[in-house]
Amino acid sequence: MCDINRRQQDTEDVFTLDIAPPPGYPGFAPGQFNMLYVPGVGEAAISISGDPQDSYRLLHTIRAVGDVTAQLRNKDGRSHVGVRGPFGKPWPIEAARGRDLVIVAGGIGIAPLRPVLYTVLSDRAAYGNVHLLYGARTPRDILYQDELMQWHRQGEISTTITVDAAKPSWKGDVGVVTRYIGRVRVDPENTVAMICGPEIMMRYTAGELLLKGIPMRQIHVSMERHMKCAAALCGHCQFGPYFVCRDGPVFRYSDVAPLMSTAEF
Amino acid sequence: MIHWTAEQLDAFVQHLHAESYEVIGPVIRDGAVTYDAMEELPVGYGDEQEAGRYRLTRRGDLSRFGYNLGPSTWKQFLSPPSETLFHVREDLIHPVVPEATKRAFIGVRACEMAAIEVQDRVFLQGDYREHRYEQRRQQLFIVAVNCSQAAATCFCTANNDGPAVRSGADLVLTEVNPAQPWYLVEAKSDLAKALVSKVGGSPATDEQLDQAHAAVEAAAGQISRQLPRAGLREALFEALEHSHWDAVANRCLSCGNCTQVCPTCFCFTTREEADLMNDEVSHRRVWDSCFTEMHSYTTGGPIHRKTRSRYRQWLTHKLASWEDQFGVSGCTGCGRCISWCPVGIDLTEEVQILRKTK
Repeated sequence: MCDINRRQQDTEDVFTLDIAPPPGYPGFAPGQFNMLYVPGVGEAAISISGDPQDSYRLLHTIRAVGDVTAQLRNKDGRSHVGVRGPFGKPWPIEAARGRDLVIVAGGIGIAPLRPVLYTVLSDRAAYGNVHLLYGARTPRDILYQDELMQWHRQGEISTTITVDAAKPSWKGDVGVVTRYIGRVRVDPENTVAMICGPEIMMRYTAGELLLKGIPMRQIHVSMERHMKCAAALCGHCQFGPYFVCRDGPVFRYSDVAPLMSTAEF
Repeated sequence: MIHWTAEQLDAFVQHLHAESYEVIGPVIRDGAVTYDAMEELPVGYGDEQEAGRYRLTRRGDLSRFGYNLGPSTWKQFLSPPSETLFHVREDLIHPVVPEATKRAFIGVRACEMAAIEVQDRVFLQGDYREHRYEQRRQQLFIVAVNCSQAAATCFCTANNDGPAVRSGADLVLTEVNPAQPWYLVEAKSDLAKALVSKVGGSPATDEQLDQAHAAVEAAAGQISRQLPRAGLREALFEALEHSHWDAVANRCLSCGNCTQVCPTCFCFTTREEADLMNDEVSHRRVWDSCFTEMHSYTTGGPIHRKTRSRYRQWLTHKLASWEDQFGVSGCTGCGRCISWCPVGIDLTEEVQILRKTK
């Protein structure tokens, strides 16, 4: 069982747990996840949202929607939580080096993409244009806003944040993220795209990126399925031929597009 | 090859007991042949099976293996339906060490032996080995039986998984002449040779070999159901939006019986059990089924909402994506899912319709 260093409330229903890594934890790559365990309640697969180069803390940005996450919300600096990980295939950061990068996030989908941003910023010159399109429900649901806007102002990452609905006081963009893909200036053949959000958002976003000329093989999505074991043994996260815990969560869109367009598969 | 009388076979079972094996084999219970810890082999039982139907019968002979398959599977001993993995007390995890019993399975049929080898691929050949399964598997002595009769629900020949045992067993028996049975005995492992030598027997004659071979051939000849595998994976993936899934869903109760009696279905979930103060927590692993609502549950609700989607997941996994995942089919043709489906859904028929029509 691991110590919780800190708990931070990000928005009304989203919080970030800063957990001390278990002994021998090998570090993680952007897009990987841990299994967090609350005794008496259960385990949940939670993607890691912090900086991969920071070996002292594992950040998990969590929306309290299920039994386990509701209990994790009550954890603080005196609590312990079980940690197994990291699991899963990461985002293809190496493939993005020397290329343009488009990152599209919907809602809590920004969490597994933040480690990509940290990694890019640690060696910014190695990448071409980097665009972030991020859609949230309302202005109050925007995660990591200060950080993201700082990187935008510094000219490191060109960022568009849009919300589904806002009061008139909101001066930013409104509407689904796909509306703003026109703003993305990249060399399509030489671009890697990473998308994380609800399945329907990922499908439409991938469709727009294809229209823009980005090859299907260079578009990546992060899938969500029920996970119990994270070891490809329990059978829950199956997605056609794949176990999402092992073969994903990050997939090439070209490998999963037909499966994603089959309802309830 | 050795020739045993029925008395020598019974003596062999007693010898396994004497050698401190936990002997698991056929036990007549609740009107069926089930598998459990046993003292001696039941004599003269058979079964009649059809879609949605199983009846235990008395054969009126002295056969030890005159039945085909009941609802039990060997997986219930290798990865039990429910077991505690660890306890948590004061935020410390105390693992539960599994039993270290030497075990013998008696009466493993060819389709079941193939199914054990399928589960070996699932639990032992991935990135993460299931160490409890591994330990039980290593402590296991397998006495398999070539079938000398087939049930109407059998189709092991469709994938060459039977009726003769292909591989994996320590000892393979063939029962010949059920009225006054004798056994052809093939010791495959050194351990089997040592154990067999304690019981004796006579070297099998060429005539006896021919008779045993003919008995297994006769069983193969009784098999009527088919499930041709050529092109099946591709055909099923092409049929994901077939209207027949709705037709099956109209009959399917989503009860999960098929997954519980299937010898290769391996899905499990975990359960937490705590006392009222949450001071003592038990973490259990229990069998799950892709026919339950929670199996595919995510924050947005279950992925497989409709029965149609659940049956499609089960069938396409079993017969198609299993090959992608583990390099073999997930079906060895035992036919249990046909017999034990309360409404008699028959996968061999459903596949025929899915393949024939659009």
